[in-house]
Amino acid sequence: MADKVIYAMYDDDDVLKDGAKMLVSKGVKVTDVYSPFPIHGIDPIIGIKNTRLGIMSFVYGLIGLTLATYGMWFFMIDDWPMNIGGKPSFSYKENFLSFMPITFEFTVLCAAHGMAITYLIVNKTLPGMPAQNPDPRTTDDKFVMEFRMSDNTSMTESELVDLLKKTGMTELDQKDI
Amino acid sequence: MHKEAAIREPLILGHKTYHDITEDVCRPIEDKAPKTWYILFGIALVIGLYGVGCILYLLGTGVGVWGLNKTIGWAWDITNFVWWVGIGHAGTLISAVLLLFRQKWRMAINRSAEAMTIFAVFMAGLFPLIHMGRLWLGYWVLPIPNQFGSLWVNFNSPLLWDVFAISTYLSVSLVFWYIGLIPDFATIRDRAKKPVAKKMYSILSFGWSGRAKHWNRFELVSLVLAGLATPLVFSVHSIVSFDFATSVIPGWHTTIFPPYFVAGAVFSGFAMVQTLMLIMRKAMGLEAYIHKKHVEYMNIVIMVTGSIVGTAYITELFISWYSGVEYEAYAFINRATGPYWWAYFAMMTCNVVSPQLMWFKKLRRSLLFTFIISIVVNIGMWFERYVIIVTSLHRDYLPSSWSMHFPTHIDIGVYVGTIGLFFVFFLLFARFFPVLALNEVKSILKSSGESYKNAPDAHHDEPTPTPVVEAASPVVEEKVEEKVIEAVKKGTKKKLSDEEIQSKTYELIAKIGDAGSALDDLKVISGVGPVLEKKLNSIGICSYDQVSKISKEEYDLLDQLTGSFPGRAERDDWAGQAKELMNKPKS
Repeated sequence: MADKVIYAMYDDDDVLKDGAKMLVSKGVKVTDVYSPFPIHGIDPIIGIKNTRLGIMSFVYGLIGLTLATYGMWFFMIDDWPMNIGGKPSFSYKENFLSFMPITFEFTVLCAAHGMAITYLIVNKTLPGMPAQNPDPRTTDDKFVMEFRMSDNTSMTESELVDLLKKTGMTELDQKDI
Repeated sequence: MHKEAAIREPLILGHKTYHDITEDVCRPIEDKAPKTWYILFGIALVIGLYGVGCILYLLGTGVGVWGLNKTIGWAWDITNFVWWVGIGHAGTLISAVLLLFRQKWRMAINRSAEAMTIFAVFMAGLFPLIHMGRLWLGYWVLPIPNQFGSLWVNFNSPLLWDVFAISTYLSVSLVFWYIGLIPDFATIRDRAKKPVAKKMYSILSFGWSGRAKHWNRFELVSLVLAGLATPLVFSVHSIVSFDFATSVIPGWHTTIFPPYFVAGAVFSGFAMVQTLMLIMRKAMGLEAYIHKKHVEYMNIVIMVTGSIVGTAYITELFISWYSGVEYEAYAFINRATGPYWWAYFAMMTCNVVSPQLMWFKKLRRSLLFTFIISIVVNIGMWFERYVIIVTSLHRDYLPSSWSMHFPTHIDIGVYVGTIGLFFVFFLLFARFFPVLALNEVKSILKSSGESYKNAPDAHHDEPTPTPVVEAASPVVEEKVEEKVIEAVKKGTKKKLSDEEIQSKTYELIAKIGDAGSALDDLKVISGVGPVLEKKLNSIGICSYDQVSKISKEEYDLLDQLTGSFPGRAERDDWAGQAKELMNKPKS
């Protein structure tokens, strides 16, 4: 489907933020914002929901905890109980303390790596992926707001551009996709 | 945006813009490497290769080539292992713990401190591996089904805990470091001109785009990783200390070990960070980002952890006597007065006395002094481990087996070799990686950058258009803030009436002369940015000639007129700089 994308470029993060606020109040849908560093407070303005990666990390941690607990019970209690200085090795409970360190480490290992891998996959940032930013300067000192005309059916292109001109943008670019 | 108190020293000096930060960090990567880099790299490589040679010889011949004997089964190997692990503590502490505490000063140093951590843990991991003697059987530490039936590794053993702790720490630190690096690689990718560099950095940057959603995830992932890494930092060295504390060797089995090892690790880690940062900031021209305030903060950490370590030493000593166990007491008397008294003395002086000097503000803000102390602490912490390991072992329960440890040249070669390898890695990092967390430093520019902080009106540095929608912070709030800033600066900066400004301007111009038709680029003078230049021009200062005539009295006048960062002009020696600029042939 033919769609038109408009990119408005800004010099300053605060100008962009104020501009976005104004545009949203006028009913414009900001599709995306590209910036060289996180602009704090932009997400609620343009309607981006908080990520749920934190929950995922917790889930991965639980998986790690379960695996470690099961593993140690199996290795040390069930499969081959070691006789160390005649001390009993018959139940997980009695040996629990000495299993703590590795259980902890393994939980952290799973939580951290699971989350990191998920993060890279959902971002679609993987080795060798092509760059997705509209302008190379957005990783340096420029901030870009992206609008899709399909998201903004209530107004024409020129109306949107007129609004944009009031926000203190420095450059305008558009692309058909 | 968070506002920061005006009396807090700025973290980014000078009048930097976002683009300046990119330039400053990318320049060393994009330019040709200086000759000193090649020389240093060559030296490090030679030393590192020598170390590799020693390791290969050791693997081929056996652990007997070390100076170990029946009584002293652990010596330099484990000393070096603990020393390197300790050094590897600062990086993740800086990036994780300080992130949780929202310490902004961490942003200038976290990237390189983490790199240091990772390389130090590489070096640390090497020692237990080669200490096994048969490196190719190293996989025996993993719980995998094997040819001996279902005989598993012993999960009760602190040595096995250590395997898990160190490898988890290494891999999580690596991931944490790399996730922070991705956006910065993207910056370099988007600037790269050479096709090879472009290709390399575009692979490394994973196609990072910087969209809002990605940043949202990025920040959460950093936060959660910091939360996970924080207990990890403390667990790693606690577990390293269990290697000793769970044994029954006098001098080792003390319950104070875990906290004391952690404090010691942070102590030595920060010392190594200081050593590296002080060289790096100079070599790579990052003085505006890593400056006295950062050094001071790190010195305070060194002072605090050094004091904890000192307290622990003395507690240990007291308890060995108070316990009434004569073996325990002898171990400590022997440390201080036995044949290894010199090692004990080195440890006490370097680790207990030297950090106490940091109570003096003058000393902890002195770069040279900090550099010397950081080396002293590194040496002291090596001796701490040497004292704990060798001195506790060398006189065991049976006097007929008492012995001394003499390192062989292989011992020394392996140790020095790891230092060489460490610098090989670190120099490569400094050459090809962004040594400053670009995206993080940019995000604090407005709250902690000098040009934004000290001139409240300099918010109009860039042509900021009047916002159409009223910003969330109403004008009233800003006014109050300005007043607070004014009150803070009372005495150094008074609001001048128009006539006063007029008369002072006349006075100043009368002293330094008219600009005539000259219109020099004052921005060349370090400390003068575009804003200040405009101000100076409006006063009537346009030429180097005028600036060069400024002396003490005029500096004061100038400070009152420009009202930005009192004393700065004098400290930067504008007059001296201007003189030099005048004498430079016009290009």
